[in-house]
Amino acid sequence: MRNTIGKVAVVATSVALLAACSSGTTEETPSSAAPAASESEAAIDATGLTLTVWVDENRKPAVEAAAEQFETDTGATVELVQKNFEDIRTDFLAQVPTGKGPDITIGANDWLGELVEAGVVNTVDLGDKAGSFEQVALDALTLDGQLYGVPFFSEAIALIANMDLVADEAPATWDDMIAMGEESGANRPVVFTTSMGDGDAYHLYPVQTSFGAPVFAQDDTGAFIPEVAMGGENGEAFATWLSEQAEAGNVSANLDNETAYELFASGKSPYIITGPWAMTIGGFDGLDMQVYPVPGAGDEQAAPFVGVQGFYVSSQSENTLLANEFLTNYMATQEAQQTLYDLDPRIPVFEGVGSDDKPWLQGFVDAAAQGVLLPSIPEMGEVWSRWNAAESKIINGADPVKTWNAFVTDLEKAIS
Amino acid sequence: MSTRQDEVTAAPPRESHARQFGAGFVVKLLLMMAVNAFGIAAILSAWNAGAWAVLGGLVAFLLLADVIYFSRRMLPLKYLYPGLVFLLVFQVFAMAYTAYIATTNYGAGHNGSKEQAVEAALIQAETEVEGSPTYPLTVVRDGDTLGFAVNDDGTVRVGTEDQPLEDAPDATVGDNGAPSEVPGWEVVPRGDLLSDQALAQDVIDLRVPISDEADDGSLRTREGATAKIYRSSLDWDPEADTLTNTDTDVVYSPNDRGTFVGDDGSTLPTGWYVGVGLDNFSRAVTDAEIRAPLFKVTAWTFAFALLTVVTSFLLGLLFALIFNDDRIKGKKTLRTLFILPYAFPAFMSALLWRGMLNPEFGIINKFFFFGADISWLQDPWLARFAVLFVNLWLSYPYWFLVCTGALQSLSSETTEAARIDGASGWRLFRSITFPLLLVSTAPLAIASFAFNFNNFTIIYMLTGGGPNFDDTTLPLGATDILISAIYEISGVAGGRADFGLASALAVFVFVVVGVISALAFRQTRKLEEF
Repeated sequence: MRNTIGKVAVVATSVALLAACSSGTTEETPSSAAPAASESEAAIDATGLTLTVWVDENRKPAVEAAAEQFETDTGATVELVQKNFEDIRTDFLAQVPTGKGPDITIGANDWLGELVEAGVVNTVDLGDKAGSFEQVALDALTLDGQLYGVPFFSEAIALIANMDLVADEAPATWDDMIAMGEESGANRPVVFTTSMGDGDAYHLYPVQTSFGAPVFAQDDTGAFIPEVAMGGENGEAFATWLSEQAEAGNVSANLDNETAYELFASGKSPYIITGPWAMTIGGFDGLDMQVYPVPGAGDEQAAPFVGVQGFYVSSQSENTLLANEFLTNYMATQEAQQTLYDLDPRIPVFEGVGSDDKPWLQGFVDAAAQGVLLPSIPEMGEVWSRWNAAESKIINGADPVKTWNAFVTDLEKAIS
Repeated sequence: MSTRQDEVTAAPPRESHARQFGAGFVVKLLLMMAVNAFGIAAILSAWNAGAWAVLGGLVAFLLLADVIYFSRRMLPLKYLYPGLVFLLVFQVFAMAYTAYIATTNYGAGHNGSKEQAVEAALIQAETEVEGSPTYPLTVVRDGDTLGFAVNDDGTVRVGTEDQPLEDAPDATVGDNGAPSEVPGWEVVPRGDLLSDQALAQDVIDLRVPISDEADDGSLRTREGATAKIYRSSLDWDPEADTLTNTDTDVVYSPNDRGTFVGDDGSTLPTGWYVGVGLDNFSRAVTDAEIRAPLFKVTAWTFAFALLTVVTSFLLGLLFALIFNDDRIKGKKTLRTLFILPYAFPAFMSALLWRGMLNPEFGIINKFFFFGADISWLQDPWLARFAVLFVNLWLSYPYWFLVCTGALQSLSSETTEAARIDGASGWRLFRSITFPLLLVSTAPLAIASFAFNFNNFTIIYMLTGGGPNFDDTTLPLGATDILISAIYEISGVAGGRADFGLASALAVFVFVVVGVISALAFRQTRKLEEF
């Protein structure tokens, strides 16, 4: 009797534990999904296979919808794991080599260099679908001529103007914008995040490029090479400008995203520099807004960073065939891309995706058109924290030229 | 220890409760059944996952558990074993693993095994031949040999890994454009392909040369329905352990740092992690780029931990003394109010303080400094002060609590005796109350020091380690303590990962905390002799 109870307990807990253990991996798990309805020759029956996909909160419902169709057609199970977007890069890098990572993950284009260096991503081939994507989005996920991802949106920061406070006229230069902003009578001429003192080089980058000080040099093909281009006279000019603007109170070290949204939404500033995501989360509903490219302060065109997000396939996936099938035939479709767009509108990268009820979108498209792709070379990882810190110090009153040159020297040392 | 065991075994044989068929035995049996059930389940999981080290450990733990709890002897172990298991699993294993990582170059670019690096190099080197048409494809097989049959503009051509493509004149093409029947070959329906994981992987890995000339490239499919011509510029030779670039004839061979180096000095991007001995440790002390900021960080870590303990202890003690006075009314309510900062989650308090210390929008400047523009968290010394102040605010209630308890437990006889001897006020506190108080609070102070030495939360949430040093290459800042510096170096938050160096520093922190605790506990024993 005791033996029997023991056995039952062993079996019961084993089953429970095994089920718990296997749900996180790509092992075969029994699935009750119905096999494909049609019995034609082309019908795919992948019952029993599980495709694991990492998504963030905003992408989940769209991928879920596409996955449902995929599950009905193939009988395979798609397991969506919702993660914080910020955690995905590190987790993917750590877990893929152990065989525990997902088959597919979403990710940003600036991770690509690091992912390739770590050997955790596979190449993809979109076949005839490639023609339906914006070329710039495909370029963003391409390294050394190889395409590594299926893009689903791009984004760039722009200048949003409150039409109740300023005229519908794109400011030609930074100084024009400040003048128009001051004329509006609002507390501040312009707001944008500086991560509450930590600095935010991303939001100041358009102005920096207008001084002719891009982050890295580019080779003949336009690809970034690990050679810092922020130094020299141009960089110093930008640093000096930044210091002057901080002195004049036009650039504040004490704003973060939430405060900036709040100041803009409540009319305390006629302008805000931010990205398309703010249209969803910024609380700007009901404002009459126009979107323009961020004006430059130097002689050259202001070029914001253009970021692209897409799906990557793990190099250690045991379901590569299924993963490619899912991405090319279920996610690289107008329907799936439209759902992704509807849930979290950014700049669409697929033919025919978009909507008429978002007139502001064109402003971001124009801004992105003058932008440069976020560098995806692995050296980029070394840049951000030093860059942000240097700008933060300058805004807080440090000697601009000295601080900037120290930063450039440190950075050159760090990536050499 | 041994004498105690002897006493137990030498005691007159008395049947233990757990060995009689009473309630105790049943309870023990049920508990052991649960332990065995979970143990075996975990062992099976480890077996399935192929984790042999874990499997061995689990088997050993389970067998030992059964031996210990069903044996007549080993009474002390019956009490100690669960604790020992937890110690081994959660402490010793984690420390040993950290120490192991510290001897590798695990980090950005050295992320996996060598096979994975080779695989990645081959993936990266294989490119589509420009202008390659897309061929409708059917996978065919002859026994164990897999092949591709493609429709090349109306002609069906078949080939395998060893047999370049050749015409198959009698084959027929189906409605979807792909070959439907190929004489001499068994057609594999696409449905089978996707449902059989192993077969699908074989098909993904299959390359069918399109001609005898290797340079022409080979057919490859990604989804099993179409094929394109790809060409790899790298050739892997497992015998020689080298990768050869067929375009430039550069031979890449592995070096002892986990990187493929070509004979022209170039390297392949993807590496793997290898043991580097004590390199990470020596780098931390010899490389000036790392040593200089680390020295500052270490000094601040000690100052931060020490000052936090001293200030919060003194403030807590002061309040405890004041509120221990019988003349104060509503002591209970007041005490409860004092404990409030301790009751909030520290990370939330730190975030709140970060907002309150904002020079422009925070209430500190607005209410207490007449709206002056004081950059609390942007100036190195002000930021250090702010960190200490906020941590004082967070931790004095703990000491208030501890000291109140300790004061109340002091016997009134000693105090009275001192009073009769003529001591009062300051003298009484200095010579009697305080030393007695230290006996019970000193070990807590050491624990508090060790805790604050690794107090990641407050640094990360309040300043993020900033403001950054001006003169160092590592992105560390004035308020970074060792643990937050390790976090920064590890690359978890962004930046280039260097888990090897981060682990080496973690080992250093462990040694420091361990040594200090050991020394300090030895000192406190002297207090007890007082």
